[in-house]
Amino acid sequence: MNAEPIANPKLIVKNLNFYYGADRALKDINLTIPEKMVTAFIGPSGCGKSTLLRTFNRMYQLYPKQRAEGEILMDGQNLLDKKQDLNTLRAKVGMVFQKPTPFPMSIYDNIAFGVKLYENLSSHEMAERVEWALKKAALWNEVKDKLKQSGTGLSGGQQQRLCIARAIAVKPQVLLLDEPTSALDPISTAHIEKLVDELKKDFTIVIVTHNMQQAARVSDYTAYMYLGDLVEFGDTSTVFTNPKRKETEDYITGRFG
Amino acid sequence: MLTLYKRRRFINWLSLSISVCAMGFGLFWLAWILWTLLVQGLPGINLNMFVQNTPPPGSQGGLGNAIWGSLMMTTLATLIGTPIGILAGTYLAEFGHRGWLAPVTRFINDILLSAPSIVIGLFVYEVYVVRVGHFAGWGGTFALAIIVIPVVIRTTENMLRLVPNSLREAAAALGAPQWKVISFVTLRAARAGILTGILLAVARISGETAPLLFTALNNQFFSNNMNQPMSNLPVVIFQFAMSPYDDWRSLAWAGALLITFSVLTLNIVARILFRQKSNTN
Repeated sequence: MNAEPIANPKLIVKNLNFYYGADRALKDINLTIPEKMVTAFIGPSGCGKSTLLRTFNRMYQLYPKQRAEGEILMDGQNLLDKKQDLNTLRAKVGMVFQKPTPFPMSIYDNIAFGVKLYENLSSHEMAERVEWALKKAALWNEVKDKLKQSGTGLSGGQQQRLCIARAIAVKPQVLLLDEPTSALDPISTAHIEKLVDELKKDFTIVIVTHNMQQAARVSDYTAYMYLGDLVEFGDTSTVFTNPKRKETEDYITGRFG
Repeated sequence: MLTLYKRRRFINWLSLSISVCAMGFGLFWLAWILWTLLVQGLPGINLNMFVQNTPPPGSQGGLGNAIWGSLMMTTLATLIGTPIGILAGTYLAEFGHRGWLAPVTRFINDILLSAPSIVIGLFVYEVYVVRVGHFAGWGGTFALAIIVIPVVIRTTENMLRLVPNSLREAAAALGAPQWKVISFVTLRAARAGILTGILLAVARISGETAPLLFTALNNQFFSNNMNQPMSNLPVVIFQFAMSPYDDWRSLAWAGALLITFSVLTLNIVARILFRQKSNTN
């Protein structure tokens, strides 16, 4: 399945199984996520792509009946190890969700909230950090005059870029995007896709998407999943133009799913 | 085709008429109550009512000591009941999905919420008034606080449950520990609703008579001493309204009008606050 070895791995998933109560949602996943590239997870609804993404920051631990077995190595350390501190892990692995989730506070405080958790910055340094994050997320020009206004007053696309700015403000190493554009219009989607292309210079990005064109446009590597199995994984152009498995080809060409 | 359409039009008209009649019936009594209150109470409302104390029959006086006592006890009861209610409500909403403690607490809280207030008055009478040997303002405060707590618990829990889980996940995804997620994100998101609940609890206790009858009782004089019997509007209204003296009865009407309009104002404020919340989200 893993045809050519990946030269610069950031995350290595080994024999990962995931359970919702008694239901096994991921089956022996083995996968390598390359550093400072974009990896896309595609597949029909319920295939486990979001579940897999949510194991990388152990989001599932908010819910008592969900558990993961196996190993996920980041820089050689197993993230699933009980000794791994959850909040330190989440500082290194940021996440952006399907629906924009601005906090009920000002735009400025939305960004500062996460930074304050780990760093003691002077107000001047904090202002610089907020500006840096908003510029990275291509939102600065739109909000620079209303940083004190509520983040919930922005448009959907702006809110989503605010969430991306908030995630990168803590300078994570990995950025997880869970269908980040499925609630957005085409123009906002284009904004965010362009942004993903920019951000991969600094961050390792994993994106879950329902939109195959999006996966083809933004990603360097693609994983196709079906019913909890990783069916095919490889560099995006190969997966889309010359898939090795018939199931992948059927899905990509629209004969299935 | 046409007959079916006509039939639907008729049923629509009929149910609408019945609904309007039902609403009119309810409003009629409410309007009557308010009208009687205004007619009977307005003549008694003047500056003396606020500054003078409750008089002996036949002499001039006001409700100053009762207004002050009600304010004291209502404020203190809210100050005691609100933090307990918010903390317990937060526990139920944020930590209540595992174990047996939360469902049991929720069940008991529901009972407390619908408990007759006279029972709460008797309870405080037994455990507090009987022990200290006399009626006291603190007793009234405790009884009112016990009424505040379940109201605040219920609204806090309900309002926190309205906060979407995605917001909690987003805060947790930044690596925020749970106490920070709750205090800076979820409680903030629910604050307008929780504030509304507190105001409604205040509105509820400002008219309670039975729990005060057994606890704070009444006082002829202006008093700041919470360890002594304390005057308050509901009990004064209760006593004066049943008396044979015209001047007492007129004061009772004025007091009733005062309470009603305070509660009305609180309700309006609560609605405005809640509407603002719905607009921003």
